[in-house]
Amino acid sequence: MKKADPNPNANRNIMIITYAILAIFLGMIAYFVYFLQVESEDVINNSYNARLDSFSDRILRGRILSSDGQSLAETQTAEDGTETRVYPFGSLFAHVVGHSTKGKTGLESQGNFYLLSSHVNLLEQIVNEISDQKNPGDDIVTTLDVGLQQTAYAALGDRKGAVIALEPDTGKILAMVSKPDYDPNPASLDAAWPGLSSSENTEGQLLNRATQGLYPPGSVFKIVTALEAIEEYPDNYLDYMFDCSGIFYIDDYSIRCYHGTAHGSQNLAQAFANSCNGAFANLGLNLNRDRMYSLAGRLLFNSDLPLGMSYSRSTYNMTGESDEWEILQTSIGQGTTQVSPMHIAMITSSIANGGTLMKPYVLDRVQSAAGEEVKKFLPEAYGSLMTADEAAKLNDLMTLVVTEGTGSALRDASYQAAGKTGSAEFETGKETHAWFTGYAPAEDPQIAVTVIVEEGGSGGRAAAPIARQMFDQYLLR
Amino acid sequence: MTNLIVETSKYLMILLAACYTLFNFRYFSFKDEERRQIMCARQNQAMFLNHLLAYLIIYLKTEDLRVVAFYLAQVVFFLAYIYLYRLFYRNVSRLLVNNACMLLSVGFIMLTRLSFDRAVRQFIIVAVSALVTWIVPYIMERVWQLSRGTWIYAGAGLVLLLAVSLVGSTTYGAQLSLEIGGFSFQPSEFVKLTFVFFVAAMFYRAADFKSVVIATAVAAAHVLILVASTDLGSALLLFLTYVFMLFIATSNWIYLGGGLAAGAGAAWMAWTLFPHVQNRVAAWLNPWPYIDDKGYQITQSLFAMGTGGWFGMGLYQGMPYRIPVVEKDFIFAAISEELGAIFALCVLLICIGCFLQFMMIAGKLQAIFFKLIAFGLGVVYIVQVLLNVGGVTKFIPSTGITLPFVSYGGSSILSTFLLFNVIQGLYILKRNEEESNEEG
Repeated sequence: MKKADPNPNANRNIMIITYAILAIFLGMIAYFVYFLQVESEDVINNSYNARLDSFSDRILRGRILSSDGQSLAETQTAEDGTETRVYPFGSLFAHVVGHSTKGKTGLESQGNFYLLSSHVNLLEQIVNEISDQKNPGDDIVTTLDVGLQQTAYAALGDRKGAVIALEPDTGKILAMVSKPDYDPNPASLDAAWPGLSSSENTEGQLLNRATQGLYPPGSVFKIVTALEAIEEYPDNYLDYMFDCSGIFYIDDYSIRCYHGTAHGSQNLAQAFANSCNGAFANLGLNLNRDRMYSLAGRLLFNSDLPLGMSYSRSTYNMTGESDEWEILQTSIGQGTTQVSPMHIAMITSSIANGGTLMKPYVLDRVQSAAGEEVKKFLPEAYGSLMTADEAAKLNDLMTLVVTEGTGSALRDASYQAAGKTGSAEFETGKETHAWFTGYAPAEDPQIAVTVIVEEGGSGGRAAAPIARQMFDQYLLR
Repeated sequence: MTNLIVETSKYLMILLAACYTLFNFRYFSFKDEERRQIMCARQNQAMFLNHLLAYLIIYLKTEDLRVVAFYLAQVVFFLAYIYLYRLFYRNVSRLLVNNACMLLSVGFIMLTRLSFDRAVRQFIIVAVSALVTWIVPYIMERVWQLSRGTWIYAGAGLVLLLAVSLVGSTTYGAQLSLEIGGFSFQPSEFVKLTFVFFVAAMFYRAADFKSVVIATAVAAAHVLILVASTDLGSALLLFLTYVFMLFIATSNWIYLGGGLAAGAGAAWMAWTLFPHVQNRVAAWLNPWPYIDDKGYQITQSLFAMGTGGWFGMGLYQGMPYRIPVVEKDFIFAAISEELGAIFALCVLLICIGCFLQFMMIAGKLQAIFFKLIAFGLGVVYIVQVLLNVGGVTKFIPSTGITLPFVSYGGSSILSTFLLFNVIQGLYILKRNEEESNEEG
């Protein structure tokens, strides 16, 4: 059998193949580790994963807490062992915290895995096992501020709409209210469920309008039109002049200012502050539609938002092929453009944060029932929606809205606010939706607020005062 | 209280598996035989302890006395296999015997948890296969004409494959098995071995251009029949084995590069031609939109491994049974879910340990025929592991290949036993030769 080795290279080549195969396995192991460490979290929380439900046999669902530790949801066990999920604030946090019977929504769904995992110390776990007690699940600490939430809730009152408050430099969601609402406590939810889930229900109480509602942006969209003007004419955008007679006629079309107010001679800053429709419709005709389409894309229109909760995508349709009427309409936020309040809040918050958008988040950290931190979620930047210089220019324009224009509700505040109002037409013969989006203090923004009041009328009169209350509550307490 | 024992045992089992794996690699780092033997003895302790803990949990959870009897039968089998094998063949590679037993025991544990009846069936198949294939090293020591059977290997392989392609039954979109007297039999599992023997015999005679052309034609025939029976996993396996063996036999980089490029082209063609390949690729790229149909299996696998995490849910605490064909192709996901990802990685490392041992043996053998066989079988083994675990973890598209020694399935078990024992035979030959040299 002994033969001279006909191939002296064979052993070297066997080594090469062996190392190559080992390298592939190393890649596979790295991928597996990456999956477990990073991707698995989203995978586990998938509603198709039947495994999570079985966790509740051994774990007592954890609490959901506000940023200062107040209980927003907790499970109480009666003496006979029956467990009830209790929402101490009733409908106040209905949409953001969600409900856990009749399916899971909001944080009850997003944080399901954490609520059903226990990290109490080993000794306690052992004692619980021996005494046949359930281990307490971890608590979720949110970024929500009870005071702000109550302010928004009371300010909206019985009107339909939504209020969002963000911390611009972190993306923390401080408050998120949507009206009309419902009581997530299981007994009330059971009783109200036939009405809530009925196909004839037109109120949409279960819908979180803050993220899932889509509205015409109205004059709030002038932020985008103005930004396009700044990008195309960075040095002389303020030189743009327009003479407003209350109604802007061009060809066969006419664009009215709110209540037909004649603003007279307006430069871009004044037109922005007074929300002059004629000036912005005419400005739109002078801007490059293709560039504006790509700007809209950069501002996350027609695309997914970096947001870990259910939301609706905003749409923007004006392109180089659009006709004159569509250009006139789109430039003042009417036409076919649709946005969610959260999207407007994100754009506003990025302006307040020097152009950088921080991903909005509501889950701040996970802690064991004993209060020890299990996991901390850090603020994450999505990227720049605009340059710092452009953000500063928009800041100037939005400050003028408060000091000289439609944001008069905030004019006498002890801090300097900045913002933009909007009164969006959505159906002839009905009152406009009232918008306000802004932040304060303008020189060092600590809170950004977006308000929409459905059929509330003028943004300056219906929405801006709500934002004022939010700023007061947050900055002056 | 049971939960407490289950929880504690879970961590102990992970520790034992980690120790076992560590001993495996420590073995490679030692040169002297004595310390290697110590590592092997420790491996046995870790394996039996791990096995005991697992069956303790299974018994506590099921309170079924049959489990105790089944456990004892396994212990007797493992003891007999480990000690009698060594008694009969003095120069056996203990490491390979240990690893085979460890992988088998992990398979038994998961199968018992999934289905007691199947586990018992598997055990019977294992016991019979172990007994039958015991003779392989003995034959290899005495039969010198193995290298002359070139066309017997090729003929047998092609006939088996043709038979299955013409009259085979279809499972999961691929024709894989023949029914003989109530037993389902997967010829492709054995053709892997005849194929390696064919290629080795072919290039043992000559590695000139003419031989390469002939060998390539026969290899292509194998692969094409497999493609025609839509068993693409096996086709890929044989293809890669051939390209690598060709490279070792000729040391020609052009063959390696050209072969791999041709393979990539063929894979692309398969993707454009076969809807069931497109389905698997789509389910691999992004399974989530197809969570109800073609992505169901892989997403269930990801749920299992993700929910199990590093330390696992513990035996009987997960839902591995929700993964379709979990006991065969997706056993790795079940291990990862209940015994933990660390445990599953240890299983993977033990497989890699076997492969390294195969390659070391290939390196030491001088006769090119034996060298090629050891190398070829090593590649067959490790590519199976890669295709299986890669498919389960979504590293590559799923190809429907079993994890040797762990997955449920008679043909797979028997062919893996054959594979290990052929290598064992080569190892014994080499050691005997070394000993006689030392004496002489």
